[in-house]
Amino acid sequence: MEILVCVKRVPDAAENEIVVGAGGADIKREDLVYSVNEWDNYAVEEAVQIVEREGGNVTIVSMGDSEAEEVVRREMAMGAAQGLLLTDAAFDGSDGLGIATILAAAARKGEYDLILTGALADDGAGQVGGMLAALLDWPYASVVNKIETKDGKSLRIGREIEGGTQEISDIETPCVLSIQTGINEPRYVGIRGIRKVASIEIPILDAGALGLDAAAVGAAGANVRRIDYFVPQLGASAEMLEGSIEELAGKLVDLLKAKGGIR
Amino acid sequence: MDAKVFVYVAHKDGKADDSALELVTAAQSMFPGSNPVALVAGSGIDAVCQETAATYGEVWKFDQAALAYPNAELLRPLLVKVLPAGAMLLLPHNTFGLDLGPGLSVQRGVTYVPDVVGIDGLEGTTLKVVRQEFAGQVSAHVHCAVAKGAVITVRSGAFRPAPAGAVAGQVLDRSADTAGLSARRKFVELIQAEAGDIDITREDVLVSVGRGIGEKENIALVEDLAEAMGAAVSCSRPIVDAKWLDRPRQVGTSGKTVKPKVYLALGISGSFQHLGGIKGNPFLLAINKNPKAPIFQAATVGVVADLMELLPVLTEKIKKSR
Ligand SMILES: Cc1cc2nc3c(=O)[nH]c(=O)nc-3n(C[C@H](O)[C@H](O)[C@H](O)COP(=O)(O)OP(=O)(O)OC[C@H]3O[C@@H](n4cnc5c(N)ncnc54)[C@H](O)[C@@H]3O)c2cc1C
Ligand SMILES: Nc1ncnc2c1ncn2[C@@H]1O[C@H](COP(=O)(O)O)[C@@H](O)[C@H]1O
Repeated sequence: MEILVCVKRVPDAAENEIVVGAGGADIKREDLVYSVNEWDNYAVEEAVQIVEREGGNVTIVSMGDSEAEEVVRREMAMGAAQGLLLTDAAFDGSDGLGIATILAAAARKGEYDLILTGALADDGAGQVGGMLAALLDWPYASVVNKIETKDGKSLRIGREIEGGTQEISDIETPCVLSIQTGINEPRYVGIRGIRKVASIEIPILDAGALGLDAAAVGAAGANVRRIDYFVPQLGASAEMLEGSIEELAGKLVDLLKAKGGIR
Repeated sequence: MDAKVFVYVAHKDGKADDSALELVTAAQSMFPGSNPVALVAGSGIDAVCQETAATYGEVWKFDQAALAYPNAELLRPLLVKVLPAGAMLLLPHNTFGLDLGPGLSVQRGVTYVPDVVGIDGLEGTTLKVVRQEFAGQVSAHVHCAVAKGAVITVRSGAFRPAPAGAVAGQVLDRSADTAGLSARRKFVELIQAEAGDIDITREDVLVSVGRGIGEKENIALVEDLAEAMGAAVSCSRPIVDAKWLDRPRQVGTSGKTVKPKVYLALGISGSFQHLGGIKGNPFLLAINKNPKAPIFQAATVGVVADLMELLPVLTEKIKKSR
C-alpha cells in the first residue's frame, strides 16, 4: 500500500507554559519546545506497521516553514522512505480549508491508497482530515483506533466513540482516516534512526510546484481568521493554596479530611 | 443577516442527546432572532421527533432503515441535498461532529467553524466566536465569513440548555429525500468497552493521575497515596495510551463518566474531554506545576507544585494522621 501521512510541527502543550504575547497577536514562541503533533506520531507508526505487514511505502508530508523539515525527518526515521515539505510564504495564515487544499494538491501528485492524519492538532479543530477527504472525494473516518487490511479494495476499521465504545466499519480505499491516540505504541526514534534518513532529500514544494492559486490559500483565501489570543477572565476559579511543601501537605490533609477524602 | 439556521439532533435509544437543548441556545445567541430547524435522521424516530418538537418550532424527520445507525458518510450527502443555500448548520463537537462536519462544509462550499466555546456576535456576515487552542491553555477571538453559510460545531457544556417543553413545534416528514443514499463506508457493529477490575463510576473518592506523573514507575507514588486515603485510582487518557493503567480507569468523554464526592487531579491539564467525564460537582483538588493549567479553572482548590516533591510528603502525613 502507498500511504501518505500528514504531520504538523506544534509547540508541545504538555511541556510548555503557553503565554500570550504583547497585544495578543501571537503566543510567545521564543522559548517553546516544538515537536510533532502527538496524534500524528500514532498515525506514522500505524502506516509503518501496515507497510511492514503488507509492503508498500510511507510518505511523510508537512505544510510549514523550513523548521518543519526536522519533524518530517524525525517521522521518516520511524520507517518512511519519503518526505515532502510544503513551504511558501503564500501559505501563511491558511485556515483549515487552506491547509487541506494544500495537502490535497500534494496528494494528487502521488498515487496513494490511504492517507492518514491525526485526529486533532494544537488549534483543537480536528478538521483537516475530513476536509482533505472531501476535496479528494474519498471516503473518510475520524478517531480511528484500529485498521485491518481486508482485501485490496477495503479496510476494516474501528472508530473510538463516546464512552470508549468501538464502532466497526468497512471502508473502501482510497480513503482518508484520522488517527486517535492509543491505536498502537509509537516506536522510539534514536539518533541512529535519524542518521539513517539524514541523506534522503526532502523535496520542497511551493504554491507554483503544487499548481495552486496563491490567492486561494493563505490569509488571502481564509474564511476563518484568528484575530488575537487572550487569557479568559474567569469568575470563579480555584482557591490556590500557598506555602512550602510541608505546609501544603498539611493543608491538603486537613482539607481532604474535612471533605471526606480520607476514609 | 437573516440566517436560515439548522441544528442536527443526535439521538440514541429513542432519546435526543443533551446537545439538542444546548444547541438551541447556541444557535439563538449566534443568530439572534433565528428560529432553528431541528434535523432528526434515523429509523423509527417518531418519539425523538416529538421530544424535539417541544424545543424546536420545526422538526424535519428523515426516517429510513438505512439510517438506523448514524453513519456520517451516509448523512453527509443527505444534508448536502436538503440544506438550502446559505444555511447555518450547528452540530455537537464530539466524535460524530468530527466525523460529519469538516467534509460537509467542503461539499456545501461553506465555512467550517469548529469547537465554538463562546460568541462575540454577528456583524454583517461575519460571525465572531471564541475558541480555545493549545489544549485549552489560551483562548482566541476568531472571525468567520459566513455569507455563503456555515457548518459550526459547538462544545458540550459551553451553552445553557434551553428549557424543554417551551414550544409546540411541528414535525415535517422529509423521509422521501432519503431515497437512493449510498456510502463507501458501511457500519458493521458496536463493541462496548470492557469492564475493569474496579468500577470507578461507583467510587466516592478518586485519585486521578495524568501525564504529569512523568514515568510509569511513578504511578506507584499515586497508588501509595490512594491506599493511604482509602481511595481508588483513575487517570487521564495518555496514561491508558501508554499502557501504564488499564482502559477502564480512564475518566473522560472517551472513557468513564464518574460522579465522586472528592476528585484529586494529579498532573492533569484539564482538557474538556477529561473534564467531560467528571459529573456531580465534586470537591475537585488539582495539583499541577503549571499555574496556567486549565484544570485550575475547573478546580475548587488548586496547588502549584511538583508531584515528585509533594506526593511522598502528603502520603506520609496522611498515614501519620490516622
Ligand atoms: C476524541 C477525543 C477523546 C478524548 N477523550 C479523552 C478522555 O476520555 N479522557 C482524557 O483524559 N482525555 C481524552 N482526550 C485527550 C485530551 O484531549 C488530552 O490530550 C488529555 O486529557 C491530556 O491528558 P493529561 O492532562 O494527563 O496530559 P497533559 O495535557 O499533557 O497534561 C499534563 C499536565 O501535567 C503537568 N505536569 C507535568 N509535570 C508535572 C509535575 N512534575 N508535577 C505536577 N504537574 C506536572 C503539566 O503542567 C500538564 O498540565 C481525548 C481526545 C480526543 C481527540
Ligand atoms: N500544517 C500541516 N501539515 C500537515 N498536516 C497537517 C497540518 N495541519 C494539520 N495537519 C493534519 O491534520 C490533522 C488534524 O489537524 P487539525 O485539523 O488542525 O486539528 C493533524 O493531526 C495533521 O495530521
